[in-house]
Amino acid sequence: MKYTQELCPIIQKDTLNRTTFSFVVKSEKAVQTMQPGQFANLRVAGKTLRRPISVCGFNREEGWIRFVFEIRGEGTAILARMNEGDTLDILAPLGNGFAIDPTEKAVFVGGGIGVPPLLGASAPYGENATVLLGFRNMRAIILSDEFEANGADVRIATDDGSYGHHGFVTQLLAQRLDEAPCDVIYACGPTPMLKLVAAEAEQRGIRCMVSLEERMGCGVGACLVCACKTKREDGSETYRHVCKNGPVFDSREVVWE
Amino acid sequence: MNRLAINLNGVDFKNPVIAASGTYGFGREYNEFYPISRLGGISCKGMTIREKLGNPPPRIAETPDGILNSVGLQNPGVEHFIEHDLPWLKQQDIVVIANIAGSTEEDYAAIAEKVNASDVDMVELNISCPNVKAGGAAFGTSPDCAANITRIVREKCPNKPLMVKLSPNVTSISEIAKAVEAAGADSVSLINTLLGMRIDIRTRRPILKNNKGGMSGPAVFPIAVRMVNEVYNAVKIPVIGLGGIATWQDAIEMVLAGASAIQVGTAMFTDPYAPLHIIEGMDEYLEENNIDNIAELVGGVKLW
Ligand SMILES: Cc1cc2nc3c(=O)[nH]c(=O)nc-3n(C[C@H](O)[C@H](O)[C@H](O)COP(=O)(O)OP(=O)(O)OC[C@H]3O[C@@H](n4cnc5c(N)ncnc54)[C@H](O)[C@@H]3O)c2cc1C
Ligand SMILES: Cc1cc2nc3c(=O)[nH]c(=O)nc-3n(C[C@H](O)[C@H](O)[C@H](O)COP(=O)(O)O)c2cc1C
Ligand code: FES
Repeated sequence: MKYTQELCPIIQKDTLNRTTFSFVVKSEKAVQTMQPGQFANLRVAGKTLRRPISVCGFNREEGWIRFVFEIRGEGTAILARMNEGDTLDILAPLGNGFAIDPTEKAVFVGGGIGVPPLLGASAPYGENATVLLGFRNMRAIILSDEFEANGADVRIATDDGSYGHHGFVTQLLAQRLDEAPCDVIYACGPTPMLKLVAAEAEQRGIRCMVSLEERMGCGVGACLVCACKTKREDGSETYRHVCKNGPVFDSREVVWE
Repeated sequence: MNRLAINLNGVDFKNPVIAASGTYGFGREYNEFYPISRLGGISCKGMTIREKLGNPPPRIAETPDGILNSVGLQNPGVEHFIEHDLPWLKQQDIVVIANIAGSTEEDYAAIAEKVNASDVDMVELNISCPNVKAGGAAFGTSPDCAANITRIVREKCPNKPLMVKLSPNVTSISEIAKAVEAAGADSVSLINTLLGMRIDIRTRRPILKNNKGGMSGPAVFPIAVRMVNEVYNAVKIPVIGLGGIATWQDAIEMVLAGASAIQVGTAMFTDPYAPLHIIEGMDEYLEENNIDNIAELVGGVKLW
């Protein structure tokens, strides 16, 4: 059985900024086969649909999973009101994660709330990771100290210039690739950012994996609502599904619209 | 004796709980949570004669106690199903129901022939999908058209029990039910989704890329109960009830309204184990009330 429903007590809740929260939950089953880049579907009291949230980190031996999420609407607001001791009902591990090879030189590009899944994915790379993070402003910056603690070269861009590079994280990417080559790029964030990252990677002939978002129903590949337009090998277009075929896709497979 | 075992149109079900079309794929995904053989049956994702890519995303929006979807019948085509999914499903000890749709009479005739020659246990004829522009809904919204398509499929598919799935987006669902009964349907299932729409007030755009979508989930349950009861009182063939069933209490209520079997769809998204909890709860209810078999409860509501 690949999927589990697990009732996970929240063992640590932290507030990263006014609208962003970190939950560490206890897990015995789901954590066993978890991979960085996978996600869980979290039940929200009073809501028909679960909310997909990426795994930010996990530890099999210690039996915990960490989620970092931002309040975006009603569902995430309800989740944010949960506290240590409350129980989170999760379906996990869902989707395909990042293929990790820490011997490679990897560049991680994250935008806003796309940053959390990159923390767990970049950790094994240590100094082989360059982590480029984009945020609206200084107050929105999250997790950068934790990326640094893992040994990564961390560079930050803010839209308003209140911290780090004034501009888009994709500009940091071009700079970084001008400095030195890399084997692979991993990106997670808003679609316009992913599109630019994919274009930069393609132009330079670098392998690029992007983590996509789409509204979901089942979260496991049964209902076909989380469609994403992709190219088949013969070049024809089709819809694949973010929850089952993704959320991580090879950027060359995605049809950017 | 198994209190939940039923026989529907000559087909034995170990229990009357069926996964609703489009919410359970071809069963493989949920089989990664628990053996799907614990359900009585599976109505497979709606299929067409040729592959369909479906509508652009977003294809789902949340509503109070429900959802809208606009998948648009994405499916690999019936031949792909017969070749790749059906052999696996037939090994799972579950009644396999092929849900079929089309946009022309010719399509319906062609797909009916294919499923007739296949190993499926039953056929559910979808004349009510609201997400396909030409056809689909149109076939299901007038008694004559519904009867016509039923007759065509009945003729091309004589070897399989034929369940016709009805749309709630009509003036009188019992008129349609009577029409398809007369045209040769062995049973009717209802309800398919109700047409709905949601608008993002920030962007002033519909949330669904298709603008409109089909509504399902607990919010539609009272409508489904009412329609099942009306149809139960209008036809002699068995009625399969669905629409918003999320708990065993809902399932019993639907049976009392007139359903010989029930289907569970959207509730699966909230809780993949919902059908199993429903089966367990129904069984306990029957035991506590000293009812030997669920069939005794069908249509048991005493109207005022
Ligand atoms: C694979 C995946 C991983 C994700 N990981 C994270 C993460 O680690 N941290 C984080 O903060 N957010 C993450 N998101 C986005 C998160 O799922 C949405 O912000 C959240 O569902 C919004 O719910 P809401 O009730 O607050 O918003 P509402 O707008 O009220 O939600 C209404 C409906 O739309 C859906 N929805 C709205 N926005 C999105 C979106 N961007 N993506 C998918 N569904 C959406 C909701 O799930 C819900 O069904 C991820 C999304 C996906 C698909
Ligand atoms: C995502 C989704 C896809 C669906 N696809 C189909 C389909 O292909 N064929 C069909 O007959 N009904 C389809 N339906 C309708 C359901 O089978 C069912 O009639 C409806 O959702 C009401 O039941 P529920 O409230 O239990 O979900 C779909 C429903 C959903 C939510
Ligand atoms: S959410 Fe159901 S297929 Fe992806």
